[in-house]
Parts: sequence; structure tokens; C-alpha cells
Amino acid sequence: MDPSASVETHHDPHSHAGEHEHHELGWWRKYIFSTDHKVIGIQYGLCGLAFLFLGFCLMMLMRWQLAYPGQALPVIGKFLPHIFGPGSMPDGKMTPDFYNSLGAMHGTIMIFLGVVPLAFAAFGNFVVPLQIGAPDMTFPKVNAASFWAFGVGGVIMLISFFVPGGAAKSGWTSYTPLAGIADSGPGHNPVFNGQTLWLIGFIFLITSSLLGAVNFITTIIQLRAKGLTWMRLPFFVWAQFVTAFLLLLAFPPLEAAIVMQLMDRLAHTSFFLPTGLVVNGVPMSISGGGSPLLWQHLFWFLGHPEVYVLILPAFGIVAEILANNSRKPLWGYKSLVFSVLVIGFLSFIVWAHHMWLTGMGSAVSAFFQTTTLLISIPSVIILSAFFISLWGGSIRFNVPMLFTIAFLPMFGIGGLTGIPLAFNSADLYLHDTYYVIAHFHYIVAPGTIFGLFAGVYYWFPKATGRKMSEFWGKVHFWPTLICMNMIFLPMFLQGMAGMHRRWYDGGQGWNVANDHTIWGLTGFQWNHPISWAAWAMGLAQIPFIINFFWSIKHGEKVNDNPWEATTLEWTAPSPPPHGNFVHTPVAYRGPYEYSLPGRERDFTMQNEPVEPAERTRRKPPAEPVLA
Amino acid sequence: MNNPPDISQDPKEYEEYAHGIQKHVRGYLMVGALLLTFTVITVALSYVHFGTDKANIAIAMLVATLKAGAVALVFMHLAAEKRLIYRILIFTGFFVMGLFWLILLAWYDYPIFH
Amino acid sequence: MEIPYTVSNRPDTGLWNAKIGIWLFLASEVMLFGALFSAYIFLRIDAAPGTWPHGLLNVPVGTMNTAILIISSVTVVLAWAALKMRRYRAYWWYMLATITCGLIFLTVKLAYEWPQKFEHFGAYIKPDALAKYEKYLGNERRLEKGLEPRIEITGHLHSQNATEYEVALDPVNADPDDPAMDRPHFIPLPVTDKIATIEKADVQRATMFLPTHSAYFASYFTITGLHGLHVLGGVIVFIYMWLPVSKKLYQRNPEHLANRVEVSGLFWHFVDLVWIFVFPLFYLL
Repeated sequence: MDPSASVETHHDPHSHAGEHEHHELGWWRKYIFSTDHKVIGIQYGLCGLAFLFLGFCLMMLMRWQLAYPGQALPVIGKFLPHIFGPGSMPDGKMTPDFYNSLGAMHGTIMIFLGVVPLAFAAFGNFVVPLQIGAPDMTFPKVNAASFWAFGVGGVIMLISFFVPGGAAKSGWTSYTPLAGIADSGPGHNPVFNGQTLWLIGFIFLITSSLLGAVNFITTIIQLRAKGLTWMRLPFFVWAQFVTAFLLLLAFPPLEAAIVMQLMDRLAHTSFFLPTGLVVNGVPMSISGGGSPLLWQHLFWFLGHPEVYVLILPAFGIVAEILANNSRKPLWGYKSLVFSVLVIGFLSFIVWAHHMWLTGMGSAVSAFFQTTTLLISIPSVIILSAFFISLWGGSIRFNVPMLFTIAFLPMFGIGGLTGIPLAFNSADLYLHDTYYVIAHFHYIVAPGTIFGLFAGVYYWFPKATGRKMSEFWGKVHFWPTLICMNMIFLPMFLQGMAGMHRRWYDGGQGWNVANDHTIWGLTGFQWNHPISWAAWAMGLAQIPFIINFFWSIKHGEKVNDNPWEATTLEWTAPSPPPHGNFVHTPVAYRGPYEYSLPGRERDFTMQNEPVEPAERTRRKPPAEPVLA
Repeated sequence: MNNPPDISQDPKEYEEYAHGIQKHVRGYLMVGALLLTFTVITVALSYVHFGTDKANIAIAMLVATLKAGAVALVFMHLAAEKRLIYRILIFTGFFVMGLFWLILLAWYDYPIFH
Repeated sequence: MEIPYTVSNRPDTGLWNAKIGIWLFLASEVMLFGALFSAYIFLRIDAAPGTWPHGLLNVPVGTMNTAILIISSVTVVLAWAALKMRRYRAYWWYMLATITCGLIFLTVKLAYEWPQKFEHFGAYIKPDALAKYEKYLGNERRLEKGLEPRIEITGHLHSQNATEYEVALDPVNADPDDPAMDRPHFIPLPVTDKIATIEKADVQRATMFLPTHSAYFASYFTITGLHGLHVLGGVIVFIYMWLPVSKKLYQRNPEHLANRVEVSGLFWHFVDLVWIFVFPLFYLL
């Protein structure tokens, strides 16, 4: 069928959908095993949100142990042993192994099952093809395969909680030799144990990311609408483009490392186990000759680009909402694009700054210290451009914008507190303290997750045709913002006081956490307000959850472009039909043409042709005007 | 060596087109023979001692790189590919070299080991 | 709904979708095998003297397998050229040849090379007992010549009891002072009928030639195993394109099938390319 003919003849989206294979698909093919990028995006989004909440629940449990070490957890504590097994919380008291499992799985779930699926896969899937005016992804079946690989990986990670010995407990970084020997020996199944399942689950998650990355890059390169040149792409698309490259090229080395650790555990090789390894006083029967540092190198070769995988999509979302709600063009679009490209490039050669404590020599330290500081330059350019974008705007304080505006200083705090960690000498003191926890959580929690909340509120009308409640959105926003800061600001203090991040008792048994007071509380006592803030933040998510599901059916009905935005996704019907656009869009202008002079409306959409009057007005002077 | 042209929709030009492909086929066969020869050379060279083990490794890797280059350039059509593909591969090559080189650099830089 | 540029080129990039897709995928594969090779280098330069074995693999069989992969690379590119010339019959035969080559490669690997290793036995001698087994190791002469010491006795495990191993020795341990044993042989020498008795108390670690044997065999089995999985994946895709379903696509849109063959061929060449490095690194050096 000639595609141009279909566009001309079918103006009604429903008849358009009806004439194609669309209506023949059963419920399962349409909503569960779909190849439609929007359905897959929403599936990713729901799974990602669910996993984010689960990861947060794990942390709320840990916060009990940190604030009230050794005390029985009231009410819930009675039920948890029935779910996680008697070894988890006998009599409501958390065992060290279970605490370690929660810590490792909190990190794993939040990053690889929560934020990446939500930020990259969900928003990328749903928004990118719409923003570039494409009918779908280039490889819809690969896209579905990517989602289902993610699903399998997620299920394996969940199953690992319920095997004998519990889930992986060697930290989300799974450093060897600790991880190489964890969950093995008597009482553990050789395959169905926490660490091995963690590795197997990871192989599926990596596969999912790789398939997704290939699809995203190809889609952005090949399926841009006519006239949508590279420099007319919305910044969100650029951010996703670079993110996809990071996933594509940084994940495989981790996959190789995971295969090797799996071999260490299943075939008893010694890729990461050194010669002469002694466990519990017994020399291990291994060939040795492996290197724990090799794992660290390969892990952080992914690990650092992964940080940018987490933050770049949030940058993209923030850019869209910022321009839309300040009603003026994004300041410094080109510098933003080049900054994001530079970040992507540099993020591959900074990884060893996670390894200062391994005692690297000065030459390599100097190299990685330099690249780490270099990468802060484009980050600062991006943040500055965002702030300047607000200057002189007529700002609308709707819920997406509130989260966006909060993102800016929160990310700023997170970024700036990272600079001391970039220096080898300062990091030797701060490494593995709560300072580090506070630093990166400021980037990913009030940073990335605020960006994601903003995105959910912003694109919700596109996915459903209805808006989420503004009032309940604000009820969600303010407590979340306050609690976030109450949780993470004191951690800087705790960390600088020398509190170690992996203490199972919250520091109760350590002099350094009890001998000095910081603003009236000892390091250990600071755990109380932090924990209470964390639980309060859990409550603050209830309005969001209710608002989200209630609005799907009962939210205020809105038109196709409720935010009066300029980019192409708002030219499609809400929700967009299979194939997305009624008319194949053509882009005539840049992505952020807000408040163009001489226009009736304060926004000019990308598919509005350039008028002759505009053309003459825009023409640069033929000759330079000299004074 | 250029890639075969796309097939013509015009049946009159088909003869010419098929002939063009035929020429490429000859090229592929020659490269295949070359690769087989080089395989034999690799094996033979490994039984010649070039002074140090490092020299032997370097020579074997050089031959392997030549073979890999032939596969990439001719079989994978990289001799004449679009600019986009080159860009992707240049970045990949850069990062994989970074992985090799920086890990080794870090390894030799650990004062406690050396 | 139809996705644009599945068969025809997008004008500004000059490429169709899957071609970009496969090259991106291959870029990620470069990183995957790059990391594995960097691990290989890392483990090898870190290996203690005498722990990185040489000449344990069967070079003629490895050479043959290399040749088979190269031939299959030629046939797959010929299959693609045949499709471009719209000669389906020739395409079918070339594809069959490619599939056969892939299957031979896998069979040789899994049914011959690997099991042969699994039957081979090696015992690392404790440092303080090395002198006791000098007649099997020949380290005095090796030290004089500046060669790496031998610390392992290999062969076929004849029998063992609570305190001893009885090993039918490899030629290298049967006659350790023969200078001909200093370098690997092209045609592998069979195990001798000379039996050595090794006390278990003198053995640091004794295993078959399994992945757990040494860093060398760990990386050998991991890299060739992963490579074998790639060969298997390629063969499955080729079988799909060779079956009658592909004929239907050929009749409907021959260029689409040609594109699919080109894309899977690119993957296949990459698998060949990886083997070109695997072969010397593990078999020859």
C-alpha cells in the first residue's frame, strides 16, 4: 500500500486504525505482547515505576535497622519472615545477611530495573518516535523482545529473594572476591542462589538494553520526519540518542565480566579470584591467577557511563518542560547539544575514579582525575543553560514545572558535591562514607527521579488524553521535595564525620558515630530524622499513585496539545493511534519556537510552515552593519 | 574494491549489472584464498622462533590483523561504506582501545605490585 | 502502518534500517569481545611463571576449523551475490554450504576438541616438591637455558588411590630434557606408556583440563564457548533463511531477502573475524 495515499485518505484516526491489522489483534497482542512503541513504552513505564517503589520499600526497611538497630520492626516485622524466609527477620529483627541483601538489591533494582527502564526505555519508547514524527520504532519486534528480556531479567531478580540464602548480598557492584564466593557452599543451590541469579538476571537486562539501544539509535537516525534536521531535534531526543550510545558500548564489557563471574561461580574458574585466596581460614581450591581489580575495571567501565544513562534522559525531560513552561526558547540549544555529546564521549574514560582506594599510581590517577574534572564542564554548561532559560520567561508553575525547577538546584548540589570525590586525595577520606551516598543520591533521587516525575505529569495527557490532577500533584511534590532534602542533606554531615556507608548497625557500635555531635545530634542519632523522613516520603507517594491511576479514567479531558507545546508529539492525537500520526508530519522549524514576535499565539509548532513575512524578518543583513 | 551497485529496475541493464556482480564474486574468491594462505602462514610462523615470545606474539597479531582487515574491508564491504557506519566504528574502536590501554596502564602503574 | 526504509535507502544516510542496526550491534559485540580479550591479556601478563601453558591444543584441528570458518565466510558472501543476481538456486546451495560449515565447526569443537581436553589430566606440583619430580620436569636444564620452569605434570590419569596419582605421561614429561620438547609440536604427540607416580601430598592442585584448571583454560573455554554460541546463533538464522519460508519472501521482494542475508552475513563475518584472533592467541602463542 502506498503510504502517501493512506495519509491522504484517512483523516479520522479511528477509521485509519480500523482499516489496518490493528483491530484484528486480540487483547493479548494489543496490550501485552504488543509491538507498538507506545504500548511498550507504557509497559516499561509501569514496570519501572513498580520497581522504583519496590526498591524504595527495601530502603525503608533498611532505614529501620539503621535507626533502631537490633529492635524488632513493629507490625510489618511479623509478616516479613513469612515472605522472605526465616533467615531474613526472625522475630522482626533484621539479620546482617538480609540487610546486605536489601542494600545490594536496592541499588540493583533502583538503577537497572527502575530508572533505566523508566527514563530510557519508557520515555524513550513513548516519546522519541512521536517527537521525531515516526510511525513506530525501526524494529518493532526487536523492541518487544527488548521489553520481554527485561521482564525475564526482572523476574529472575525477584525470584532471587526467595531462594535459600536470599538475594545477592555483595553490594550492587558485586565486587570480587566477595561476590565470587558469596552464596556458595552448604545450604546453597549451585544455580538457584542469590548471587548466581543476580548474574543471570543481569545477562537478560543487558540484552534488553542492547536491543533497545540499537533500536533507538537506528530510529533516530532513520525515521526523523521530513525537515527534522539534526539541529531541529528536541533536546530530549539528543539526550536519548547519546544515552543509547552509552548503553550500547558500555554494557558489553560488563556483560563479559558477568559471564566471567558466572564462570567463576559455576565452572569454578578464577577470573577474579587471586592466587592464595583464603576464606574463613581455609585456602580455597582454585587455580588462582585471577584479578579482583579486573572486575572493578570492567564493572566501572559500565558503571560510570551508567551514571549518565541515569541523568541524561532527565536532562532531556527537564529541557522540554523548561522551555514549554517558561514560554521561551531553550537558551543555548547548540551548546546543550554539544555538551551532551562531550559528556557521552568523556564518560567512557573516567571510570577509574571509582577506584581511587585501590591504590593506583600517580600517572593513572592524574589521567582519570583530569578527565573527571573535564566532564564537569559540559555538565555545568547544561545546568547553566537551564537556569538562564528561566531568565525573563513568563513561568507557569504547573506540576511538571515544579518538579523541573526543583531538579535544577538538587542536581546542582549533587554535581558540586561530587567534585571533592573526583580528587584522589579528598576521596581517600570520603570514600565509602555517607557523603558518597548523599552525593550520588542527590543526582539520581531528587535529580533523575524528579525529572521522571515531571515527565510522567507532562506526557500523561499524550498517553491517555487526560491530565493528572494539579492539586494532588502539588500534594505529591512539596512533601517529596522537603523529605528528599531531610534525607540526604544530613548524610553529608554523617559522611564528613567519617560514618561508613556499609555499617549494619547504623554506627551504634562505633566510636566515630557516637563521640561527636553535629548540630546537637551524634552521627548515629541523625539516623532517626533521616529514617522518619524516608518513611514520610513513602507516604507522600500515595497521592501520586492514586492520582496516576484515578486520572487514567477520570482525569480532566484535554485536547491534543494541553501544554501549548511546540514539538511534534503534540500534533498527534491523544492517545495516538497505531501508526501515530493522522498526517505524516513535516518539520519546518526548530523545536522551541516560543513567543515568536508577530504571532498570534505564544508558541509555534514545528510543523507550522515558515511564513513569507517571517522569512524576510529572519533574513540576516546582507552586509555586516558597521558603525 | 567497490561494492556491487544496486540492482537496476531496468531489465535492459540487468546483463551489465549481473556482470558487475560476477566480477565481485571473483574478488571474494581471491580474498578467500588469500585468507587460507595467511592461515597457513600464521601456523608456520608460530614454529619459527623470533628471539622473544613478545616478537612472536607481535608477528602473529600482525598477520591476524591483516586477515581481519581483509574480512572487514572486502567481505563486510567496509572498503566503501557510508560515512555513518565509519563514524560508529571509529568511536567504538576508540573506546575499545581505551579499555585495553587504560586497564593495562592502570595495571602497570600500581606501585604496590611493581 | 509500514516502517519506512526497511528495504530502500534513506536518502540522507544512504542506508536502510537493518544495516545501521547490525553495525550498531556489531559495535557492541566489538566491546564484548574486546573486554574478553583485555581480560585475556590481563590474566596472561599477570600469570606466575610456568602457569600459562603452551601447546596443549590440537593445532591441525584448529587450523582446519579456521579454514572452515573462512570458507563459510566466502560462501555466505557468494550466497548474497547470487541473490543480488536473482539466482535463487545458487543462493540455496551456497547457503547450505555455509550452514554445513557452521555445523562442522561446532561439531568439531563440541564433540572432539573439548571432550579431548576434559580427559586430560594435570597436577601442579608444590614449589617445595619440584626437585623430587625433576626427572619429569627437567627444570635444571630449563633454568640454564633461561626458559620458564615447568611446575605441572600432565597426561592421562591411569588410576589414583588415597595418597597417589598414577599418570600415563605426556611426552613433554616423559622426556623433559629433550630440547625438542621446548616448543610445541604441530602434530600433537600421543600420551606415552611411561607411568609416573605422584604423591598427593606433593600436589598443589590436580584437575582435568576443565575451565577450573588454570586461567588459560578458563579464558579458552569462556571465549571459545561464547564464540560457539555466536556460531550457533548464526547457523540458526541461516537455516531460517534457507528454509522454504524465505522463498516466499524472495518471490515477494527479492531485495528484502538479499538485505536480510547481507545483515546476517555481516554478523557471520564478524564471528569469523573474532576467530581469526582467537586461533593464534589460544592455539599458537
